[in-house]
Amino acid sequence: MARMMYRDAIRNTIFQEMQRDERVVVLGEDVAGGMGTAGGPEAIGGIWSTSTGFYEAFGPDRVIDTPISESAIMGAAGGLALAGKRPVAEIMFADFIGVCMDQLWNQIAKFRYMFGGKSICPAVIRMPVGAGYNAAAQHSQMISQFVTNMPGIKVAMPATPADACGLLRQAIRDDDPVVFLEHKFLYGMKGEVPDDPDFTIPFGHARLARAGQDVTIVATGMMVGYAETAADDLAQDGIGCDVIDLRTTSPLDEEAILDSVEVTGRAVIVDEAPPRCSLATDISSLIAQKAFASLRAPVEMVTPPHTPVPFARELESAYLPSPAKIAAAVRKSLEYR
Amino acid sequence: MQLNREALTRAYRQMKLIREFEERLHEEIQTGEIAGFTHLYSGQEAVAVGVCEHLTERDKIVSTHRGHGHCLAKGCDLGGMMKEIWGSQEGLCNGKGGSMHIADIDKGMLGANGIVGAGAPIAVGAAISSKIDGPDADGKLAVSIAFSGDGACNQGTTFEAMNLAVVTKAPAIFVFENNHYSEHTGVDYAVGTNKDIASRAEAFGMKVWRADGTDFFAVHDTFREVLEYVRVPGNGPAAVEFDTERFFGHFEGDPQRYRGDGELDRLRAERDCLKIFRASVTGAKLLEDVDLDAIDTESLKAIEDAVAASRAAARPQPENVLENVYISY
Ligand SMILES: Cc1ncc(C[n+]2csc(CCOP(=O)(O)OP(=O)(O)O)c2C)c(N)n1
Repeated sequence: MARMMYRDAIRNTIFQEMQRDERVVVLGEDVAGGMGTAGGPEAIGGIWSTSTGFYEAFGPDRVIDTPISESAIMGAAGGLALAGKRPVAEIMFADFIGVCMDQLWNQIAKFRYMFGGKSICPAVIRMPVGAGYNAAAQHSQMISQFVTNMPGIKVAMPATPADACGLLRQAIRDDDPVVFLEHKFLYGMKGEVPDDPDFTIPFGHARLARAGQDVTIVATGMMVGYAETAADDLAQDGIGCDVIDLRTTSPLDEEAILDSVEVTGRAVIVDEAPPRCSLATDISSLIAQKAFASLRAPVEMVTPPHTPVPFARELESAYLPSPAKIAAAVRKSLEYR
Repeated sequence: MQLNREALTRAYRQMKLIREFEERLHEEIQTGEIAGFTHLYSGQEAVAVGVCEHLTERDKIVSTHRGHGHCLAKGCDLGGMMKEIWGSQEGLCNGKGGSMHIADIDKGMLGANGIVGAGAPIAVGAAISSKIDGPDADGKLAVSIAFSGDGACNQGTTFEAMNLAVVTKAPAIFVFENNHYSEHTGVDYAVGTNKDIASRAEAFGMKVWRADGTDFFAVHDTFREVLEYVRVPGNGPAAVEFDTERFFGHFEGDPQRYRGDGELDRLRAERDCLKIFRASVTGAKLLEDVDLDAIDTESLKAIEDAVAASRAAARPQPENVLENVYISY
């Protein structure tokens, strides 16, 4: 086990996979960094520093700096994958998915189905998501709802460095297209990461981040840490929470959610995306359909309001879920009847 | 150079205000008081001012992530902009937008933009609207301007917008500010073909112009020709590429490792549009150094006041988050 940051877990994993499998290529804006400048390639190494050293190690054919052209990046990832490569594309901010939605939604997601199962499309699309940096409405969004809604796409949302490593390696080796949502706020988070070069985390298996009898909290990405903090606070008052980190939203580990709710009878779903037609509503409906008899209180959702992400510090913190808001939702659930 | 004293003074004041606005932000950002991403426009002032000095409030502009200069040049309130960047409830956008999303519709400023390449189609829409409204009493159309960087010209939206403008004969003007970098990547790498952006516009069937964007007079004179052409009903869109420089990093905090040795010092010494302006107007005896120095002092004071007012301005309240999503729901 080595202790490292989430961003380094990501970089090391891609680097190792590129060494292991020459079909793995990386593409995106500035991923080599500084091409065509006096500073030369590697002046940056990706704005998230998740590809530093790649250009030097693998050269321009496998570390492809692209112009600012998300449709071309997304579509090329699809084409590379259909033609036998294993692309890992970076969309600099998840918000820019808007620019290349067609290539993801109508093309990559649907190839296999439309082609009668005769193709594979092992493309990984990495996208930093989430708020917390006062970057306002076009650089802060959580897009879990869009991508989870696309049949044909698998969606991973690692909450720890170890999961970032295991899920990303799984994604690169997976024959299906995977959208990999990295929370910007987690890049600096440190944690233990297994050294095993074949360490993978199979998709569709949630992680129990905290165990408790009273309430089930379901979360993803940065919200997992918030839920853990809330659970720790509540534990001081003798309230026990199961905190379920979904890890992938597609496939979804329904069993982990339902098993927990059957014990606790109470559920709080935490999601950073706006509340309508979201993961939070999806999971609430799952519980309503399949664990209705176990429920002892209405399902609570902790989400931002149905608004874009605001800029000012005060507004962004009012917008985002927080440990305090999660704890309040847990208490509300417990107070029911 | 047919500008009178008043016009020259005004142009210099506008450029100087933008410069001081940016230089001051660069300092203030270090204090941690300003949140979010800020992209400074310093070095490119001659373009914003050389273009916007010709426009009226009927003309529209659409800006980029590097929008402060365009906003100020188009007449947005300096104090309101500063407060917005500070995240105040009194800011131009009530603290909801911040640096990257400043807009002032009444001034014909249809928004800075956090999405590269997103502005061009919006500008074309506004241009089509102007065409529908028809020419004024003098037979001239209001125009709509899309400011784009050398990086943005690689977006499909830019290509689509250019073609749509040509097809609809909309009075749109694509102003390409080539500062040689898109984030950390050089224009020599990222723009294919002959590294020239204007020729792309030409390929869409547009009339194009090119000029040195560090020379206010080159920008101003060139843009006058562009404008005269596009204001004529039936002529349709045009494009212009200005060669320019940016003096700060891509964003505030960018270590600029992609720059060459001594590059910034050289640019500041040789390619500073304010110095170039000063040298040419004093050289031609149109204005004296004292006149310009007075403007410098006045600009500094204006920025000082705006910063003090921003510090003191009302902060947004949590319930403000819910406002302005819809007019009614
Ligand atoms: C669709 C989209 N892709 C990427 C980005 C990230 N980004 C912001 S500014 C920028 C560079 C823009 O370069 P250019 O158009 O040359 O403008 P300049 O920064 O030089 O003024 C990039 C890549 C973005 N904001 N939007």
